[in-house]
Amino acid sequence: MNIWFAQHLAALLDALRRIKASPLGNSLSLLVIGIALTLPTAGWVALDNLRAATGAASGAQEISIFLSLDAGKRDVVEIESRLKQSQPGNWRFVAREEALKHLQSSEGMAEIIASLPKNPLPDAFVIEPTDSRPDALESLAKTFAGWPKVAHVQLDSAWVKRFDVFLRIGNLIVALLAGLFAGALVAVTFNTIRLQILAQAAEIEVAKLIGATDAFIRRPFLYFGSLQGALGGLLAALLVAGGGRLLAVPVGELAALYGGDFALHGLSPAHTALLTAAGAALGWLGAQISVSIHLRRIG
Amino acid sequence: MIIASALTKRYPEGLEALKDVSFEISAGEMVFVTGPSGAGKSTLFKLMAAIERPTSGSIVVNGQNLAALRRSAIPYLRRNFGLIFQDQKLLFDRSVLDNVLLPLAIVGQPAKEAARRARAALDKVGLLGREKALPIALSGGEQQRLAIARAVVNRPAILLADEPTANLDADSAADILEIFRAFHQVGVTVVIATHDAEWMARLSPRVLHLEKGELRGERRDLPAAQAPTGANA
Repeated sequence: MNIWFAQHLAALLDALRRIKASPLGNSLSLLVIGIALTLPTAGWVALDNLRAATGAASGAQEISIFLSLDAGKRDVVEIESRLKQSQPGNWRFVAREEALKHLQSSEGMAEIIASLPKNPLPDAFVIEPTDSRPDALESLAKTFAGWPKVAHVQLDSAWVKRFDVFLRIGNLIVALLAGLFAGALVAVTFNTIRLQILAQAAEIEVAKLIGATDAFIRRPFLYFGSLQGALGGLLAALLVAGGGRLLAVPVGELAALYGGDFALHGLSPAHTALLTAAGAALGWLGAQISVSIHLRRIG
Repeated sequence: MIIASALTKRYPEGLEALKDVSFEISAGEMVFVTGPSGAGKSTLFKLMAAIERPTSGSIVVNGQNLAALRRSAIPYLRRNFGLIFQDQKLLFDRSVLDNVLLPLAIVGQPAKEAARRARAALDKVGLLGREKALPIALSGGEQQRLAIARAVVNRPAILLADEPTANLDADSAADILEIFRAFHQVGVTVVIATHDAEWMARLSPRVLHLEKGELRGERRDLPAAQAPTGANA
């Protein structure tokens, strides 16, 4: 156990020595790995922010039920009792007089309304459904439309659906990018390790001749690949954080123009750790493949 | 300790490097393998060290048949050997001390004990003062002594050397010879492939003489003082 630990420590130190030995070449491949991981990560963060921004909006996802103009108090009570029964979520009643008052307070509308002979607005219910999935909204709207004295049910479902599809496509693109760049990371590590093995062919040959196991020879390369991948992951997290900081101010201004108080959020520490671990795992994979192929040719 | 029977090695180009060679070397013996260039000395060295496998026949070292050895078992077999190569195979980007430390790192020797042992091995070959030097700064004889220090640092039971004095002047060769004799005297089995006649004149050891891949003769005219005792000190 002690020997095992000592040998792993030695391999790790050896890998660090190799990183230090050629700082320029290693920082270049590190940069390539960092950038490769940055693109899908940035895409993911952007989508996540978009989802958060519209999550606030879809929290206010509403269905409006407009009663017909000839509906009376009894009809309103009937709808209320049905809503109580079916429990679709929070709801409130907007009386036609109240709606008119609200409209009058809007700029420029007062004159127009004053010129009308009578209140053109119907009584209405505004429902905030608990289940805001597009399908659920659709079926709720259908139910409401079947109720007595309901003239019109308003649901902005087309927009929600479109946005949902858009998010799904976005996710798919990010996943594809992640797959591609993961492949690139493996390839870059593969090549870095290949060059190292070529450079150390003499050392590897001697080590094999004096009794080194394959595991002993592989170990420093695997540590090197994992370390390089992990550092690449950290670099990507840094680049995304930097980009987020640059974008925070203009995004804040944009949100303010739309009357929102949305703020960009970056990678959480847990996600940074995950990205680093993914980089390490991919680096390990690239090193493993490279070592398996190239060590066979020596000794 | 080393038993070869009907050992044959044929290379893909059709060259028959060894033909039906049989011999036995017991523990603690010192044996010279001689013959002109191309006689098969290096091939025999490679077969004994499991660097190559025989085409037919068997070679048994420490009770293990190398012809049938699994690839994964070879590193553990090699740890019984101290191998000394004609071209030394030193690492020129590492210090003298680091070269000697390599076999100890391979078996996972703790750093402190490893450093102590490496210095002891360097002391035996007279290189203790040069431990921080790079091998390139050493003379040919010193480089070969460094190679020997690396070969013996793990206290192997068998020393196998392939033409250890090929590129050395007479004085350096005599130094190397003395070092081998010292190991032999403490019970290490020593097998040296060489075409250097001077050695035989000095030591009159047991000789396996190869010619064109065949074992042409065996001489055993040891003076009493050099006779193997068989006792491991």
